[in-house]
Amino acid sequence: MIELVKNPKYDFMSIRNYAFMISAVLLILGIVGTIQIFRGKANLGIDLAGGTSIQVKFQKPIAMDQVRSLLAGAGHGEATLQGAEGENILLIKLRAHAGVEERMVAEPVVKLLREKLPDNPFVVESISEIGPAIGHKLRQDATWALAISALAIIIYLAWRFEFKFGVTAAIATFHDIFAMVGIFWALGIEQDLLFITALLTIGGYSLTDTVVIFDRIRENIRLRKRNTFSETINLSVNDVLSRSLVTSFTVFMAVMALLLFGGAVLRNFALALTIGILVGSYSSVFVAGPMLVLWRGEKMTAVKG
Amino acid sequence: MWKSITGRITLIVVLTAASIIILVPSLTDRVPAGWKDRVPKINLGLDLQGGVFLRLAVEIDKAIENTSLRYADDARALCREKALPVLAFQKVGDGGFSLRFPPGDFASRAQSTLKEEFPSLDVSLGEVKADGATVVARMKPAEIQAIRTNAVVQGVETIRNRIDQFGVREPQIIAEGEDRIVVQLPGVKDQQRAIELVGKTALLEFKLVDEGASVEEALKGNVPEDAQVLYQKSVDPQSGRATKTPMVVKKRALLTGDTIKTAKVNFGNQAGGAHVSLSFDTRGAKVFDRVTAENVKRRLAIVLDDTIYSAPVIQERISGGEAQITGSFTPEEASDLAIVLRAGSLPAPVKVIQNVTIGPSLGQDSIRNGIRAAIIGGLLVVGFMAFYYRFAGLVADGALLFNILFLLSGMAVLSATLTLPGIAGIILAIGMAVDSNVLIFERIREELRAKKSVRASIDAGYDKAFMVVVDTHVTTLITAVILFQFGTGPIKGFAVSLSIGVAINLFTALVCTKVVFDYLNAKKPMQALSI
Repeated sequence: MIELVKNPKYDFMSIRNYAFMISAVLLILGIVGTIQIFRGKANLGIDLAGGTSIQVKFQKPIAMDQVRSLLAGAGHGEATLQGAEGENILLIKLRAHAGVEERMVAEPVVKLLREKLPDNPFVVESISEIGPAIGHKLRQDATWALAISALAIIIYLAWRFEFKFGVTAAIATFHDIFAMVGIFWALGIEQDLLFITALLTIGGYSLTDTVVIFDRIRENIRLRKRNTFSETINLSVNDVLSRSLVTSFTVFMAVMALLLFGGAVLRNFALALTIGILVGSYSSVFVAGPMLVLWRGEKMTAVKG
Repeated sequence: MWKSITGRITLIVVLTAASIIILVPSLTDRVPAGWKDRVPKINLGLDLQGGVFLRLAVEIDKAIENTSLRYADDARALCREKALPVLAFQKVGDGGFSLRFPPGDFASRAQSTLKEEFPSLDVSLGEVKADGATVVARMKPAEIQAIRTNAVVQGVETIRNRIDQFGVREPQIIAEGEDRIVVQLPGVKDQQRAIELVGKTALLEFKLVDEGASVEEALKGNVPEDAQVLYQKSVDPQSGRATKTPMVVKKRALLTGDTIKTAKVNFGNQAGGAHVSLSFDTRGAKVFDRVTAENVKRRLAIVLDDTIYSAPVIQERISGGEAQITGSFTPEEASDLAIVLRAGSLPAPVKVIQNVTIGPSLGQDSIRNGIRAAIIGGLLVVGFMAFYYRFAGLVADGALLFNILFLLSGMAVLSATLTLPGIAGIILAIGMAVDSNVLIFERIREELRAKKSVRASIDAGYDKAFMVVVDTHVTTLITAVILFQFGTGPIKGFAVSLSIGVAINLFTALVCTKVVFDYLNAKKPMQALSI
């Protein structure tokens, strides 16, 4: 039998104050990041903020300065240009402005480049144009999706365990979502619709992790293996530790494959999943259990189910 | 779970056979047509096969205003006919207009005439002053509602006609909400042309050039009341330079495109360029005959979406119901113009509010990358499981293969759309799929450590892990279903593959692996388990 950890007896509960400190930092980052998103100050993708992004592939290396001045001449001074090294790929992003009438600019920009750079032909790989109204709607939908899934999960876990378990699991899940928003915001990485998808996926993943631990806590309470609630939690986390590690590791491998081999379109998505799995595994051990003790106290009242 | 081992094995074999029959046509083209046509296929999303996604906002208010202006034109013409002098005309909000008449019974006579002639208008007498009285006409609410519905329904129909004639396989054109139209054109190559074809209003009008008015004066703002300034666009074939020439034309259209029966592209006229020939239906031909007869030697402007294409002088009365639109067209432009004229104009102008265009090459790159990542990720997971759990790990790996097989065929059965995030969802599902087996195997290990027999350990492991496995699946399903509800396009694809994967995993991780252990235990209990 190969074992990652042999008969573990770590005292996770004793270091919970350090964990709370780390979580507090992550949460503050996340709250700041969220506020910035709603103030429109975060690095939001075109699909959430509205605007235009055009990806073209040239035959020859690109003179970025020339493209920049061409765009500036057409009134797109604040366009961001991004090149992929060695591939002659150029990504042009034009943000929508609040209050300005929605208008589509991709076609004139493509025409302009074709006209002014006649000796460097290109193909349009993708265009994405989203009016501010749609961006606003998608952002709203995403917020609703997060809120409704939180509610649905609390209800399910309240039914399967008890109300406090449900709320705690939801808090641990939201802890991860905030942490991911905060980390992405701090690193200045673009947050788009795929990022929202990653948030919900990690939400589900982290919840799974928490549920496994909660299930064991319930069992160990029933079997009266320890006298206090925090000792029971400690025991339960240790009981399922090797499962948590193995699963995190397998999912981590799958996501790393996506990150390294999945291509440019999925890179940020895979990065978000990678960060999320790390945070999710951490929160199930260090956030969910301790929170439960804080709220429920040390009484060993049985959990239904 | 069932007791009978043979029953479970039969079920797995049947499912596997069904999956293979369903999947083969999705993977290769070299299967008999009878087989191919009878099984559902996995659809590739726009992001994987390239194509165009457009969300259009239908400008219904403009359609209402246009209709109201048309009523106003007709009403004024009627008043002229009945010798009712209209002093002033004014637009009134929400699809209405008012006409002012001199003192006397003109206003009340106009009211009853209009009421009789236009049953879809509410006509009332407005204020009466010493210098005259007004008549206010508004479209009835039912009429406005009809325009609203028609704008979207007819818009969808018209766009579908245009796209069908342009030639796109499996286009999707649907109304969304009250004033949106979503157009999906998978695999379309000439993307810019397709977008222009969809978004054109294509309102064709024949209007007389106002020879009496001076263009210079009109550009300064002194346009005669019944006229307007429009521009003729022309492209110099040598330099490719576009020029815009202003022209003053009468506001009233003598004939519109809805009377066109067919439109064809013709080549080889004197200029050597392409032109579009039109033939009108009976009503159109009659009107065209009268109009040309009445206006010989005057210029008739052919106007499409407020741009003049040509303004030829009417040489003689044209009775055959045929006309030509000439201009400096490329063959593609002429062909697209013919398509929009045949398919008819949109009842209301549309505005593109979302455009996602994926070039075909990017789609292929995405598929390649996605599949490569999936294979590498899958191999890593499979290798790790075999290394860590030995024989039991191999059993879990087998279950994983079934999981992927059933997942893909499940997607085909539901005719689900595979998107790039969908491939990511499959990879993630692979990673999570083994979790159920990890949970079970760790439990079995615990039981073995407690010195239970192999057979009892296995049974207890499955039993004790069962509920937690179900719980983890349900919670993941909850988020996936909500993602599906709220997501659009690619995100929906992610939710679909993740939720099908998770649901199927419940079967493969629990049933498919257990049957192996049960089979081995059937004759005589296992003495050792490599786990």
